[in-house]
Amino acid sequence: MADPLFTPAEQKRFDEQIAELLTHYPPDRKSAGMLPALRILQTIKGWLPPEGMKLVAERLETTVPHCYEVATFYVMFHTEKPGKYVIDVCTNLSCALRGAEGLLKYMEGKLGQTAGTRTEKYFLRETECLASCGTAPCFQVNEDHYENLTKDKVDRILEKLT
Amino acid sequence: MSVLTEKVMTRDWDKPGQNTLAGYKQRGGYGQLKRVLDTMQPAQVTDEVKKSNLRGRGGAGFPTGLKWSFVPSLEKNTKPRYLAINADESEPGTAKDRFILEYDPHLLLEGIAIACYALGAHACYIYARGEFKYPSSVLDKAIAEAYADGIFGKKLMGKDFELNVYQVRGAGAYICGEETALLESLEGKKGWPRLKPPFPAVVGLFGCPTVVNNVETIAALPRIFEKGADWFAKLGAAKSGGTRLVTLSGSVLRPGTYEVAMDTSLRELIFDKAYGQGLPEGRSVKAVIPGGSSAPVLTADEIDVKLEFDAFKPLQSMAGSGGVIVMDDQTCVVRSLWRVARFYAEESCGQCTPCREGQPWMTRILRKIEEGRGELSDLDTLMNVAQAIAPWPPIGLGNTICALGDAGALPVQSFVQKFRSEFEEHITRKGCPYGEKPWGAFGEFQ
Repeated sequence: MADPLFTPAEQKRFDEQIAELLTHYPPDRKSAGMLPALRILQTIKGWLPPEGMKLVAERLETTVPHCYEVATFYVMFHTEKPGKYVIDVCTNLSCALRGAEGLLKYMEGKLGQTAGTRTEKYFLRETECLASCGTAPCFQVNEDHYENLTKDKVDRILEKLT
Repeated sequence: MSVLTEKVMTRDWDKPGQNTLAGYKQRGGYGQLKRVLDTMQPAQVTDEVKKSNLRGRGGAGFPTGLKWSFVPSLEKNTKPRYLAINADESEPGTAKDRFILEYDPHLLLEGIAIACYALGAHACYIYARGEFKYPSSVLDKAIAEAYADGIFGKKLMGKDFELNVYQVRGAGAYICGEETALLESLEGKKGWPRLKPPFPAVVGLFGCPTVVNNVETIAALPRIFEKGADWFAKLGAAKSGGTRLVTLSGSVLRPGTYEVAMDTSLRELIFDKAYGQGLPEGRSVKAVIPGGSSAPVLTADEIDVKLEFDAFKPLQSMAGSGGVIVMDDQTCVVRSLWRVARFYAEESCGQCTPCREGQPWMTRILRKIEEGRGELSDLDTLMNVAQAIAPWPPIGLGNTICALGDAGALPVQSFVQKFRSEFEEHITRKGCPYGEKPWGAFGEFQ
């Protein structure tokens, strides 16, 4: 038999959070909770496993294809395991004017992988403007935000990612 | 010289505990909501907002009170009505709403309550950008505090008016900042913009009348009711009330987010010691994007324009979302435009052919020119593709369902027209004149 999707504690967390979420919408609009529901699943599991998608569809009274249609439209949802650390480097104009192309190159060198590739540890990718235009350049590590980046600062951040 | 003498929106940003309910209340917070609920009828609230000349800070600059007045009366339409807050700040160059969430979330929440009372809306959804993990966590705490204190819930500050406020985080799609895509996303779908009409004020969230307003717009409401609509209107310039938050980025000495007067000029913002403090010694301004990367670019000769919404019209550009990006004389405009075009190509939702196919096409041509593989005919192709997405000069309506098409086409059209010789130089010398250093004074990663 396959491993269960959740541990009992995870199941409880999922059930409680989904139940709370559904109070935010009219009773005939449960599927409106799709984005928050996917986020709940992804926060628990680190990605969106197929078994979890089935569960989300059930609770939101919608279909599995609807879950995938939404999940694949938004870049922050991972329908594949993303690696332990997702690193999003902004290379948009405001950041590029403050060294973002060099930052990306520096990251590629440090991690030994090119942008857009994933290993078990890192998923390094270029991302779009992260609203740090006045505090550029910037990146996010698993959604934690770092700005005014320098080589020293990047080194210190990466050292902590074990 | 117009430097802001009195901070309005940022007044309390640096005060201790301002992002908590206790800190906010200590400085009179929720006092205006209380007064509005006790002494004003909803219609009077809308009238005050109209009088204040408050205009949408999300990009379009549409008069807020007028937008509210498009919601049909309860006699004509008995469906529930909703307020949706656009906190999906993602126009490149723009970083202001996140600071309201981080530093003064209750200012937004008080504004939401005032707006919902005026609109007769009993639920508000705040659609926050997915990447805003920290700002969203601050806002979540603030919402929970407001419920616990009896401000939100069954009785709005004790008045017989139910108000529920929910935050929903997006998940990384620029298009969801477009108001109808935002509504689709709030309904749990992918962010495909809707055809208008019907406008959201009539058919919005769940098919009900809905007003979509930007964070900065709604956060201005407590100030308007504190000091009066006339004061707010006078504080501004022409038909734009209040002050503005702008984000200054690029080749300036002191980039950052600043509150400015409506009649502050771009030149003052870039050079004044209170703001950008100019460029490094020996550098000069080559180009400025004045209102987020979709706003048509301006040359160094055009920066005496004031930051007020209507002032940009003669320049065929826009004040937009207040994202001012400065490029110095050693910045490659082709590479800059390529970065901008790449963004719109990446973020096109794929619904309309001109945008879905055109934005990547323009991006490929720009890359080709930047890498020295371009031909002069490419410039014509570039302009033709852009023209097929949205006509130049801009008339506000392109050939696509939403304005993302225009947002990608207008930068291309304006850059190529205003800096054509630099594009041609790339083509004739078969490469970028700036070689390995295309990003100006601060382009090296240190």
